[in-house]
Amino acid sequence: MWSYEKKLQYPAKVGKANVKMAKYLITQYGGPDGELAASLRYLNQRYTMPTPQAKGILTDIGTEEMAHLEIIATLVYKLMDRASVEELKQVDLGGHYADHGKALFYVNGNGVPWTATYIQAKGDPVADLHEDMAAEEKARATYEWLINLSDDPDLNDTLRFLREREVVHFQRFGETLQIVQEYLDSKKCY
Amino acid sequence: MDRDQLCMLQELMAVEFTALEFHLYLDTHPTDQKALMEYNSVVQKLKVLKQQYQERYGPITYEQPSSYPWQWINEPWPWEICYE
Repeated sequence: MWSYEKKLQYPAKVGKANVKMAKYLITQYGGPDGELAASLRYLNQRYTMPTPQAKGILTDIGTEEMAHLEIIATLVYKLMDRASVEELKQVDLGGHYADHGKALFYVNGNGVPWTATYIQAKGDPVADLHEDMAAEEKARATYEWLINLSDDPDLNDTLRFLREREVVHFQRFGETLQIVQEYLDSKKCY
Repeated sequence: MDRDQLCMLQELMAVEFTALEFHLYLDTHPTDQKALMEYNSVVQKLKVLKQQYQERYGPITYEQPSSYPWQWINEPWPWEICYE
């Protein structure tokens, strides 16, 4: 089960409202390399992992991604808060406004809704852990592109924290892959 | 949210993050005794701090009693706090 704690993992800081940045940032909410995809991917893959370390790391990182999803939601909410309809139209968020008002939705930077085809569960732990490592690198690159797009030092502080987490997760998945490969090798009889 | 509360909340967030970082590390290094000791010490500190925070400012977990009326719904929610 899960239990909510009424706090964020890291302060979600925004210097000033900026609808353009909100439009870009939403991809880490519902885009291909976003936090929703990450969380659902890991929490779903853990059932077919062969070692306790792998079950543990997928559970813990999958849970941490939920906390990141909440940070992204907070940033988007703050960037959009108090925006006028005119401002939304100016950055091409009129379509979003028509469908969702100022609510968040699981879409990428171009408004395309989240799809389960962003993720996979192969039932093969080596294949799945390789996917997870690639996912972390893609998420890290996305945060770097977002930092390039942003000139807000407060926002960038939060984005840098999230980028760092992807680096740590990549490291932990790499260690897990090695443990799993050693386990699979030890089971082989020649 | 006043300055004192925000300060204590941010300290709590930082300590909880430290515990999480050890948690992930220990998943793939379960026999690292030094890390395990540090994790146990951070978790102890976190427990005390979270208890103090909740006694002062109300529940942020499901394991905290509430005074009347039901405090859980008190604002601000995490996305409404100004962290700057």
